[in-house]
Amino acid sequence: MSEQKRIHLIVERQNDNNSSSYTEEFKVPYRSGMNVIAALMEIQRNPKNTKGENVAPVAWESNCLEEICGACMMVINGKPRQACTALIDNLEQPIKLQPARTFPVVRDLVVDRSRMFDALKRVKAWVPIDGTYDLGPGPRMAERDRQWAYELSKCFTCGACVEACPNVNEKTSFIGPFAISQVRLFNTHPTGAMHSHERIEALMGEGGIHECGNSQNCVQVCPKNIPLTTSIAAMNGQVNRYALTSWLRK
Amino acid sequence: MEQQKDFWFRRLHSLMGVIPVSVFLAFHLFVNSTATLGAERYNESVAGIAGLPFLKIIEFLFIFLPLLYHGVYGMYIAFTSGYNAGRYTWFRNQMFVWHRISGVITFIFVVWHLWTTRFSGNAANFDMVAAIVENPVQFWFMIIGVVASAFHLANGLWGFLIHWGVTVGPRSQKISAYAMGGIWLILSAVGVSALLAFKNTLA
Ligand code: SF4
Ligand code: FES
Repeated sequence: MSEQKRIHLIVERQNDNNSSSYTEEFKVPYRSGMNVIAALMEIQRNPKNTKGENVAPVAWESNCLEEICGACMMVINGKPRQACTALIDNLEQPIKLQPARTFPVVRDLVVDRSRMFDALKRVKAWVPIDGTYDLGPGPRMAERDRQWAYELSKCFTCGACVEACPNVNEKTSFIGPFAISQVRLFNTHPTGAMHSHERIEALMGEGGIHECGNSQNCVQVCPKNIPLTTSIAAMNGQVNRYALTSWLRK
Repeated sequence: MEQQKDFWFRRLHSLMGVIPVSVFLAFHLFVNSTATLGAERYNESVAGIAGLPFLKIIEFLFIFLPLLYHGVYGMYIAFTSGYNAGRYTWFRNQMFVWHRISGVITFIFVVWHLWTTRFSGNAANFDMVAAIVENPVQFWFMIIGVVASAFHLANGLWGFLIHWGVTVGPRSQKISAYAMGGIWLILSAVGVSALLAFKNTLA
């Protein structure tokens, strides 16, 4: 057998949120069909950098390995994406791995995305059905709406859109594109629509929909191809209509 | 209830950018282009505007205040936006950056422009503008100012249609981008034609 093919990885590492970052290079044995996660597992198996030093293995997050959980989002060759569907064969080498720095870094490629959970809580991205008695089946949804709403429901809170958005930065409090799209989803749901005004009010709050500057990076990076810019424009319409007319009804 | 003042400030900024600021700019460039018909026709149209009733109040309420608000709040937006077009080079992200660059240029230009014309202490007429563009540096600054403000208007209109939920889908947003490109070229041509007319008569 000829000499083993190796994959060259450059990883931006960091011990914890307060320490400074550094890069470390690795060469791991290649197997066909490998993804970035498999390459990281190789480092874990044999944590030796290119200088031959034994180092702590690189930390990352992953779960489903089929682009359905969102956990493995990281910046690969400059773009935020899921590591599990980033196939080595399709990537230019050396492969550069970085944490999504729009979030606080926990360690190496692991980031803390709780701000996304907070945003979902703020906009009430759920359908409230709890009660003291059986509320019965909800109203039906038109098939025409169900089709596009299903696409929005594919969001797995990976944070790629938040990472790519220029208006998510230290100077603003923008909640991020995904949260706006989730409001559209739950305001379309026939039962969710019963609370649509609460979500709209939240989008008018601090860091809400008005922080969007239409750079449209979000729709480019979303791994689930969610029409984020369509959601934002549609919600702009809903929010403005509500804002401009609600006071007339008071 | 959470604070919603940012929402209102932003929406007001967006609305004022179109009504009245963009409407005024288009009107202003169009009136200026009467300079291409000669000094006399230009002075006539300036006198026509100067003869409008309540001019000071109209100027202050419908031009000066909205322009000031849009400009100052726009500066705040430009300096709190993030910029990552180096990393994400997609067309819209580059436009996002150019919108802010053109906004800052327009802001500086408008301050200078008001200073050298409206608040210069001289009455506006053909010769006054001709004297300004006689200086090549000032001439080119005015060309840049006109093209940048026309860009900011056109691209701003593109964003306005999204901020007000008019162009919702990607296809309509693309069509509107082409239309706005056309508006940019037309307004720039109208504005530049006037500047050339002021410049050439002196030569
Ligand atoms: S909208 Fe797309 S990019 Fe944003 S969090 Fe959801 S899946 Fe990720
Ligand atoms: S591991 Fe679940 S999306 Fe990649």
